[in-house]
Amino acid sequence: MVDKNALGATDEPFTMDIERGKIREFARATMSHSPDYLRGAMPPIPPTFLTSVSFWSPPGEGVFSKLKMDLRRLLHGGQEYRFFGAPPKAGTQLTVQTRVAEIYEKEGKRGGTMTFVVTVTEFKDERGKVVAEARSTAIETGKPATDRGSQ
Amino acid sequence: MTSWKDLHVGTEVPTRVVGPLTRTDFVRYQGASGDFNPIHHDEEFAQSAGYPSVFSVGMLQAGILAGFATDWLGPDNVRGFGVQFREQVWPGDTLTCTGKVVDKTEDNGERTVSLELVVTRDGGGTAIKGWATFAVV
Repeated sequence: MVDKNALGATDEPFTMDIERGKIREFARATMSHSPDYLRGAMPPIPPTFLTSVSFWSPPGEGVFSKLKMDLRRLLHGGQEYRFFGAPPKAGTQLTVQTRVAEIYEKEGKRGGTMTFVVTVTEFKDERGKVVAEARSTAIETGKPATDRGSQ
Repeated sequence: MTSWKDLHVGTEVPTRVVGPLTRTDFVRYQGASGDFNPIHHDEEFAQSAGYPSVFSVGMLQAGILAGFATDWLGPDNVRGFGVQFREQVWPGDTLTCTGKVVDKTEDNGERTVSLELVVTRDGGGTAIKGWATFAVV
């Protein structure tokens, strides 16, 4: 069950190094054909690369541990990234902070009551400028189920 | 690189077909992204949750769709990208990425192109609806 007391909860900020090898690995795993990601010393990140922020968050802490979502009933509803200028490049160190922005319920067609959790993550560069923002919608379904038609 | 003058509302992104996707593709993406939810690689876990088998990570097909767009208009030019997940993607699925320009704006010399993007499964179902914005010169 989602713990609704987590609404408004904020992670402690932590740092994330943007690394060339991880960009290459990510670009290949997502089947990009662009040499821009594979060559050069300072490639830009692919648009969804910041999802790998989980490698940098301190283990066992943060808003997701407070939310107590059940993995068997967890679906990913949607994901958005905004970049305020060109996407960050390899060699950049970002400061990352996530907050639980929304928690709401909807009646599902087959899975009972669905709980939606929207988290917003801000990424700042070394000078403190917000260079990217991620918005994620996670859904906990009412019961473990078969093919419900989401992720 | 496709430039401002070549882009019009309705201009289509060259279609890309990927797959059939394998469990190895899922695992490779999980390793690259750090999302180790067992539902995407542990058959017993997936079945205990009521699924017939493991299924793809939504963010894998989202990442494929993002790369499809940035390969066309340039990795440095992307300013926004978003997806809504619809149907799940299963081992053996072939995916088709399509997209088109839906808006073109010029504001204070900043030229922005908006794309509507879709990932379709081989049966015709929509796996993802997405969008992207690019700064274009």
